[in-house]
Amino acid sequence: MKRKKTSSSKVRLFKPSFYIKLIGVSAGVLVLYYLAIRQTNASLARMLSAFPIFFRMLIEDFFPPDFGYFPTVVNQLIETFNIALISTTLAAVLAFPLLFFSSSTLNRHPLSYGGMRVVLTIVRSIPNIIMVVLMVAVVGLGSVSGILALMIYSAAILIKLTSESVESIDERPIQAIKAMGGNTPQVIRYGVLPQITPIYLSHILYVLEINLKASVVLGFVGAGGIGQLIRRQMSLFRYDRLGLIIFVLFLAISVIDYISQTVRSRLA
Amino acid sequence: MIEFKNVSLRYSNGVEALKNVNIKINKGEFVVIVGMSGAGKSTLMTCINRMVVPTEGEVIVDGQTISKLKESKLRALRTQIGIIFQDYNLVKRMSVLRNVMVGRLGHTSTFNSLIGRFPQADLQLAMNNLKRIGIDEKAYVRADQLSGGQQQRVSIARVLTQQPKVILADEPVASLDPPTSHQVMRDLKRVSKEDGLTTLVNLHFIDLAMEYADRIIGMRDGEVVFDGHIDEVTEQTFEEIYGRPIREDEKRGDAS
Repeated sequence: MKRKKTSSSKVRLFKPSFYIKLIGVSAGVLVLYYLAIRQTNASLARMLSAFPIFFRMLIEDFFPPDFGYFPTVVNQLIETFNIALISTTLAAVLAFPLLFFSSSTLNRHPLSYGGMRVVLTIVRSIPNIIMVVLMVAVVGLGSVSGILALMIYSAAILIKLTSESVESIDERPIQAIKAMGGNTPQVIRYGVLPQITPIYLSHILYVLEINLKASVVLGFVGAGGIGQLIRRQMSLFRYDRLGLIIFVLFLAISVIDYISQTVRSRLA
Repeated sequence: MIEFKNVSLRYSNGVEALKNVNIKINKGEFVVIVGMSGAGKSTLMTCINRMVVPTEGEVIVDGQTISKLKESKLRALRTQIGIIFQDYNLVKRMSVLRNVMVGRLGHTSTFNSLIGRFPQADLQLAMNNLKRIGIDEKAYVRADQLSGGQQQRVSIARVLTQQPKVILADEPVASLDPPTSHQVMRDLKRVSKEDGLTTLVNLHFIDLAMEYADRIIGMRDGEVVFDGHIDEVTEQTFEEIYGRPIREDEKRGDAS
């Protein structure tokens, strides 16, 4: 059978206006790059010239690491991990009820929904370093300030991540439960929770990973743990100890990331 | 049991979904509603549990005029009306038995249902209903492990566990293949007869309608154009309901 000729004019894959848009957007992005390079004075030569210095520092100052310092490092690492663990757990408990107020599927009340969203955006827009500095001012140096700051910050992340999952769940079982006379708590318990629990657990683990790294940084500004140790050794120019700390951190974070990712891939 | 008195329904977009519908369905009848898509079959059904409200007329279910019911009474009424959906609407990550227990939620206190404490009698009821449709060996399997036909039969068990007076089934076999469709329809008819339930089924396959209905209601453009006992129905009747000759794809095919 011969192919039927539909039209004599040429068929283009894209509309002509698409090419104009493409050129426009590309030009805009290039201008942004140009401005960025001018503003920051970035030059390839300067970036490359930094590498030999960096390399020399690695070899001469960091090696050999001071392995005698190992027990102290592990001790502080455990504190850092505990800060991350406690703040993540508290965040998970705090975020759970708020989750349902901040998803449009369940909370149809525009005022409380909108209010929730605004508060969450504000909390997330404060960098957690600033949060810790504030907390240190309130409760003083040490791990409690780190725990508080991380808890607030990661609760906001958890709510944000999971409420989006709540909004994309299968609504048909919910419809069924409502039609059978189930009330809102029952709809949440039997229609929503079974669908989001694995997602929520997976997000909690992910936030634990983030918090572990964040609590290292936060220790630097006075929230206890291994971060505080790094700061102290740096100001003493003990790069051999710093080398050991970085090495131990690398191992610990890799192991925890691996465990967390394995568990999360099973949950999904 | 269910009565429509001069019911009309116009959606906000101006579509007249129901035009002056008058029907009376008796207790224990197995009624199949046929008609092309857009004829108003689904709207007729959703009027019965007040998912939509008619613009005119009254719907009376079990002696209660449902448009006048308050919210709390409406929930009580909805526990009396079991629904079977085209897409089964099971919670996929939950076990079959827990899905069936969803049918008990309307009869369970909020607190007990939240902590997952159900009376042993209710669990027995759920398990027994799974046995009745022959799927009890899957009780602890997750719902998404089951085939479409099995999932629809689980949803029949769920409806039975609700112990309703009325079952509404909206295109229950539209997503299933011919042999499975017959099995689901057979199970549905058998259990609703055993429990003396009033059952309304929307179907667009005329051979399934002929085989399982006690009574057929035909709809076209929002109007009831046929209402009669199955003995009065021939293929001619369907051509009158559809307003055109019957096509081959409007038959589901044999059970074998």
